Amino acid sequence: MANINLTLPEVQIREIRINSITGYHGDAKELVEAGKSGLKDKDRSFSQCMGCATSKAACMTILIQDAAVISHGPVGCSSCLHEFAFTYRVNSPLRGIEKPTPRRIFSTNLQEKDTVYGGNIKLAAAIRDVYNRTKANAIFVLTTCAAGIIGDDVESVCNEAEEELGIPVVAIFCEGFRSKVWTTGFDAAYHSIARKLIKKPRRRRQDMINVINFWGSDVFADWFEPFGAKPNYITPYSTVDGLKYSSEAAATVQACQTLGSYLGAVLEQEFGVPEVPAAPPYGIAQTDRWFKALGKVLGKEDIAEKIIEEKKKEYLPKIEALREKLRGKRAYVTAGAAHGHGLLMVLKELGLETTGAAIFHHDPIYDNKREENDQLAMGVNDYGNVPNFNVCNRQEFELVNALNRIRPDVLLARHGGMTLWGAKLGIPSLLVGDEHFSMGYEGLVNYGERLLEVIENDEFVKNLEKHAINPYTEWWLKQPTYYFLKGGTGI
Amino acid sequence: MSLSGGIIEQTRLTCAIGAMQTVVAIPRAVPILHSGPGCGEMIAGFFERSTGYAGGTTSPCTNFSEKEVVFGGINRLRQIIENTYKVLNTDLQVVLTGCTAGIVGDDVDSLVAEFAGQGKPIVSVETAGFKATNYESHSLVVKAIIDQYVDLFIEDNVPRSEKNTVNLFASIPYQDPFWKGNLAEYKRLLAGIGLKANVLFGPESGGVKEWQRIPKANFNILVSPWYGKPIADHLKLKYGQDYTWFPHVPVGANETEKFLNQVLEFAINQGAQVDENKARTFIKHQSEAYYQEIDNLATFLLEFRYGLPNHVHILHDAGYVVGLSKFLLHEVGIIPKEQFVTDGTPEKYQDLIRNDLKSTSEKREIPIYFETDGGKAQEILRSIRHKGRGLIIGSGWDRELAKEKGYDFLSAAVPTPYRLVMTTNYAGFSGGLRVIEDIYMMVLSTYA
Repeated sequence: MANINLTLPEVQIREIRINSITGYHGDAKELVEAGKSGLKDKDRSFSQCMGCATSKAACMTILIQDAAVISHGPVGCSSCLHEFAFTYRVNSPLRGIEKPTPRRIFSTNLQEKDTVYGGNIKLAAAIRDVYNRTKANAIFVLTTCAAGIIGDDVESVCNEAEEELGIPVVAIFCEGFRSKVWTTGFDAAYHSIARKLIKKPRRRRQDMINVINFWGSDVFADWFEPFGAKPNYITPYSTVDGLKYSSEAAATVQACQTLGSYLGAVLEQEFGVPEVPAAPPYGIAQTDRWFKALGKVLGKEDIAEKIIEEKKKEYLPKIEALREKLRGKRAYVTAGAAHGHGLLMVLKELGLETTGAAIFHHDPIYDNKREENDQLAMGVNDYGNVPNFNVCNRQEFELVNALNRIRPDVLLARHGGMTLWGAKLGIPSLLVGDEHFSMGYEGLVNYGERLLEVIENDEFVKNLEKHAINPYTEWWLKQPTYYFLKGGTGI
Repeated sequence: MSLSGGIIEQTRLTCAIGAMQTVVAIPRAVPILHSGPGCGEMIAGFFERSTGYAGGTTSPCTNFSEKEVVFGGINRLRQIIENTYKVLNTDLQVVLTGCTAGIVGDDVDSLVAEFAGQGKPIVSVETAGFKATNYESHSLVVKAIIDQYVDLFIEDNVPRSEKNTVNLFASIPYQDPFWKGNLAEYKRLLAGIGLKANVLFGPESGGVKEWQRIPKANFNILVSPWYGKPIADHLKLKYGQDYTWFPHVPVGANETEKFLNQVLEFAINQGAQVDENKARTFIKHQSEAYYQEIDNLATFLLEFRYGLPNHVHILHDAGYVVGLSKFLLHEVGIIPKEQFVTDGTPEKYQDLIRNDLKSTSEKREIPIYFETDGGKAQEILRSIRHKGRGLIIGSGWDRELAKEKGYDFLSAAVPTPYRLVMTTNYAGFSGGLRVIEDIYMMVLSTYA
């Protein structure tokens, strides 16, 4: 059973709930093994800007079509959120939204006097003001470090406003200092959405499957169609009403187990929606398992078998042809946890050598406690080990050190700021924003073709390498990558 | 506090720790954040493409966790600073505090003083987000560097010992998307009238060596409606450097000539050894070259028969609102209508800015709103309609409004995902021409 308690306003942080860690050095197999016997996190004696939970909670709420979001804190805590307004606009055609509406993003703009006298009254007024301006169908309130430390009673203020306004006013506790694992911000948003928005199911709908994802392309519609079902993408691009009845879906699948771990478990445990017991479909073996598990949950195993057979017939020859061209190329991955694991499997499937990875954190087990959902364990089992497997929460200095040492043929990244270092070292680097791009059998073809293109077109990075500015000391580049990680020589 | 403290929708400024970009803009300087884990990401995301030498994900940070909130984070900070020296090659380190450190009350100054005592070029400055906006904290950071770093070199840099050298305080790095280009253009123009300008930020500055020479300048130039003024005031007291204050961004010929003439007269009064005739000839030549272009342009402006914008609303900081209004009215013929200042201008400066805008024209009133809440500014704008084709100059937030209203849109303020700016300048003669190019490139592209 997952550690879920929807009566409490705050979600339990990942470090405690599922024993997630942000520091590790070793290989993937050891990490999978160690996860079973209890992992201990390791601190660093040097660290760089990490990123925090509040923007992760923000992206899961800002992209809900008919909601407004208030960041309760100083104005700075809302300053990067304009990026999600852009995302919403750009990706809306992928989800069939013809007229994307402007995103409504506010800050309570806490000032010094508020840190002395408290920000409750200000927040209460802000919620009413925002409602009058936006007439949103739900208002989400995100907490910040300042609001958390001064001890504002955000939950009560939201509850009172909810009663008065007659719409859900949802407090989300995502202060940056609470967790070193920034994905706790996703959990925080989902926890509050589940508490305040999701309703008990009126019935079970066999024609709807929840897909917990970001804002990737609509690949699931085609995959679900033979099963007579449609995807219900949550939470980006959903509506407040759509979220309410996500409890009625036949099943839940994940685009990234790290992202949706908590929500998938909540939907299963609290609302009876089974989570498909298979990690997302990255690589052939996992795609086979995923379709089979989906068919089983839906009671349509024969359809799953048929899809697998047809798709393999179509795509396996193409995949084989790509393997011929990619075989032996050396790749390095830096990404969030499960998506990074997925990328490693895709690379191995395409015949590349995975020389290492810098993965932002590690969840030894997901909230549903099923090993079948552990992408890394499945992948190591299917394709073997990954050396130089570094868990590092976006610590660029370690990435630069590792890349400089390993000098792969290609760097695959999932988060901003990281590809730059591949390029500076003359390594062709690729960031794919669409998390669905490399999924399934066809995803292997998509990704393989992109990889070839990136490796082939290296003129830009080769030129940049010659002129790259490097702030790192020569001394540092000669040290072991994990010098500043506990157990390393520098701590 | 400059902000009324009300809610802000669609923010166009950020909090005090946003002045980490003031540090990033100094060649080979590094900001060290003693803050929560997300502050650096928020700032980098606000400005976009703002890493510079050692900002963004390169900046060291203590990444406050529950432990530091409860027990204080000073030991963590000590460790991070010590190891910063091992990992990064930098000429100046500026420790900036976030809300967490501010509320917990860590004694950062004493710790940083210890490192400074060992001869490290390190400075500390309090930038808890709730204390100020980045427009204000820019001055705090610059003053901290002057007091804690520049002052150490005072014996080799006798105040006001170089008659023809000036310090220029103008664009706020990154908050002004054209800061790099503007500073380079100011420097070029000032050289043209015989002055050597320390611009202090960006590739045209001489890095920390130039900062060390700040005291030697004969006088200072402030180009700003209000922000940065505390720096000029501070230097006046500290090194006896007087300053000349030009209150808006000089875009195009009228204002750039005015700016250069003002500086020239001030320089002469301050005893600078400039050749006045040569300087006036330079200004004249620049102006003539500029008007050759306007001359050619006039035919297009007057004869293009398919429709061009005839009025403009600007949502920007006060310096651009006033500078662009003056320029567009007199030199391009686009009428400034309601204008919106989104920089959190403190109340005491608002009348000066109103009057500056008022002086634009004797025959028309240009309404001006001081509105930091972008959502509210848009609400006002939404209900306004004038005859003819409208133009909005603003941040990325305003693109959707322009679309809704059927107006042309030029992205010229942060935050904006719709435009890349590298070394473009909007200040100066050439800046004016560039504004014209940008507006009509966008307008003409609607005919494709």
